[in-house]
Amino acid sequence: MSQHEPHLLLQPAPMLRQGMNTPRAMLDVWLALLPATLAGIWFFGLGALLVLLASMAGALATEWAFTPASRRRAAIGDNSALLTGLLLGLTLPPGLPLWMAFLGAAVAIGIGKVIWGGLGHNLFNPALVGRAFLLGTFPIAMTTWAPSGGPFWEIPPSLLALPFQSPAYDALSSATPLGLMKFEQQGTALPELLLGNTGGCIGETSGALLLLGGLFLLLRRDFDWRIPAGIFLAAATFSALLSLTGDGYPGPLFTLLSGGMLLGALFMATDPVTSPLTPRGAWIFGLGTGFLVVLIRVFGGFPEGMMYAILLMNAATPLIDRYTQPRVFGRGGGRDRGEQTS
Amino acid sequence: MSIGNGVKEPGSARLALSLAFAGFISGLAIIAIYEATLPTITANKAEELRQAVFRVLPGVTRIRKFESTPEGLKENPEARGEEVVYGGYDPQGALVGYAINSAGPGFQDTIRVLYGYAPAERRVLGMWILESRETPGLGDKIYKDAEFVANFEDLAIEPQIVAVKKGTRSAPNEIDAITGATISSKAVARIINEGHQRWKGRLPAPDGQPGIEEAEQ
Amino acid sequence: MAREQSSYESFIKGLWRENPVFVQVLGMCPMLAVTNTALNSLVMGLATLFVLMGSSFLVASLKHLIPKQVRISLYIIIIATFVTIADYTILALLPAVHKELGAFIPLIVANCMILGRQEAFASRHGVRMAVVDAAGMSAGFMFALLALGGVRELLGNGSLFGVDLFGPGFEPWVIMILPPGGFITLGLLLLLFNWIAARKRAFLAEVAATEREML
Repeated sequence: MSQHEPHLLLQPAPMLRQGMNTPRAMLDVWLALLPATLAGIWFFGLGALLVLLASMAGALATEWAFTPASRRRAAIGDNSALLTGLLLGLTLPPGLPLWMAFLGAAVAIGIGKVIWGGLGHNLFNPALVGRAFLLGTFPIAMTTWAPSGGPFWEIPPSLLALPFQSPAYDALSSATPLGLMKFEQQGTALPELLLGNTGGCIGETSGALLLLGGLFLLLRRDFDWRIPAGIFLAAATFSALLSLTGDGYPGPLFTLLSGGMLLGALFMATDPVTSPLTPRGAWIFGLGTGFLVVLIRVFGGFPEGMMYAILLMNAATPLIDRYTQPRVFGRGGGRDRGEQTS
Repeated sequence: MSIGNGVKEPGSARLALSLAFAGFISGLAIIAIYEATLPTITANKAEELRQAVFRVLPGVTRIRKFESTPEGLKENPEARGEEVVYGGYDPQGALVGYAINSAGPGFQDTIRVLYGYAPAERRVLGMWILESRETPGLGDKIYKDAEFVANFEDLAIEPQIVAVKKGTRSAPNEIDAITGATISSKAVARIINEGHQRWKGRLPAPDGQPGIEEAEQ
Repeated sequence: MAREQSSYESFIKGLWRENPVFVQVLGMCPMLAVTNTALNSLVMGLATLFVLMGSSFLVASLKHLIPKQVRISLYIIIIATFVTIADYTILALLPAVHKELGAFIPLIVANCMILGRQEAFASRHGVRMAVVDAAGMSAGFMFALLALGGVRELLGNGSLFGVDLFGPGFEPWVIMILPPGGFITLGLLLLLFNWIAARKRAFLAEVAATEREML
């Protein structure tokens, strides 16, 4: 499969975009996400599957509409749009109206990717751009959580709201472990967090299966392990320090296993396009994200901070890359800094 | 440009004079428009405030403006600022309650609240948002959502107003928070509580209070 | 300037070819801040129209009396006077709208489009042309404000000029009322405008090429 390469690369060495080709890496990510996705569908029922499908359909339709006819086969065929759709779907609440999921995916591809020049040129993680747009646009729908563990075939009525119409909610809605912690100072048992039978986004609840997928990607060397390692390290250390103060802040294990932490750290922060290329940069990126997550969760207005933490660090990625360039061989030395050699 | 093409540079005096002249004409124009619009603007503002006072004190037909002084409340129609309350009276001339200004931080910016308070019963009679920049669609429900505003009609203010999750209101001092705008809802409750803390010792009940008697004569 | 433009050309260029927002990208502060409803956009547009036409008229009439060394200060005095007049008039007539527009009416004085027109056009042309140019530029500015305000009110509120269009079940797009919605919509409108302009250029080039072949 031929890939569309830019004609002129305007960036300093290293020119290597990590040695792997797009379709193979995409396939690995698909495989790694499969267990957690199936678990989400199992817990939240058919409705969750429909939300995922709507999101993927929105992503595909947008990619198709904005790609010139001559490049459509390659652009659709590399599976990246479909993956963006799936990743976005996994971060949506299971009762979200289908039209919102479709719209979010359209924004993810349109504003998150196509506008920047397509795959490999975007500054921000497209799936998270879509999610940020949805959270800002429909804050109530995005924070109303259909309960897990109901009858599989039962579809929440909110799901089928007509386009541009408000969803009608069941009286039954649940809270996420993070929401319970933030607004009611109530913890959730760790086994439940690992298993995934809690309220939350479709793909974020099952900690154990997400870790399994991450392990698979790690063994296949599909991502830079320093990024998730940095996130976990910073988040665990910061939250441990906070919980030591004894003011009822959640401890490190809860911090790592709740909300979008695992999904974000393993599958979104590691996106090679929007994370730094250098090992030192990857550490900075990971540690910064982990620190920001806890900062937003504990001191911000939102219960969850993973999305904003990753997006903020995405914005810092070009800067991190610039300041962590390895020194050109034979130049500099002594007190010279890397940037002075240019 | 003027340099080099033979035109003489104007002196500083001429430059200063032309600026001063322009400033003078501009000043005249501004004074004229200010004088022309001032009556309408003051009337608008007074009307807005009257409307707000009528809203938070149901059944009121007459409003009097008081200022809090160390000797008690004094009627003062010209009073301004923090130490002002409005007394609302029914057609028989009996005091219904006071309309009190209070402000505090909301989710986005300062929220200014006017609330009606019945000193004898120690209850809130109504609440009206004078100024807020809360998030459209969420926080702005503190004044757009009639259901939320209705929470404050006949609400016990002691020990203090508490915002609870929507639908779980059970005690007379509880209000239903707005779904998705808990912070703004709690801010309104807190602002009224703070206003109450500031004013509770200073507002006399309807009968036998020297401050009001004096003013009534 | 090589030749004097006709009044029509001078008006229409402000509306489209040299649109102050979509082409010159001027006046972004009111553009993003007050366009969350169509009514706010309209009032802001009218206020800007009044200020720009008034100042252009005065500057063009007085251009021989204004010493070059202090011209910028004098322009600002003239503009500020008109802004103050607009500010008080709106406060007296439309207090509710004034509350929404808040500080952005006085800030018209800092709209670089207005000072820019004085410096670039009104001070070098006759009174009639200056007024026509000001009218064209304000119309272009108002067109952009209304385009942005219309989209944002439609999606953010389901209404246009306060008239409900989608019925009670409409789910408002909250972000559209908030600043990010302004940025996103403005970006998309700029994209649309540039796309149309590029299409037009390509079409004209093609026509020219065909004509050459015919010869």
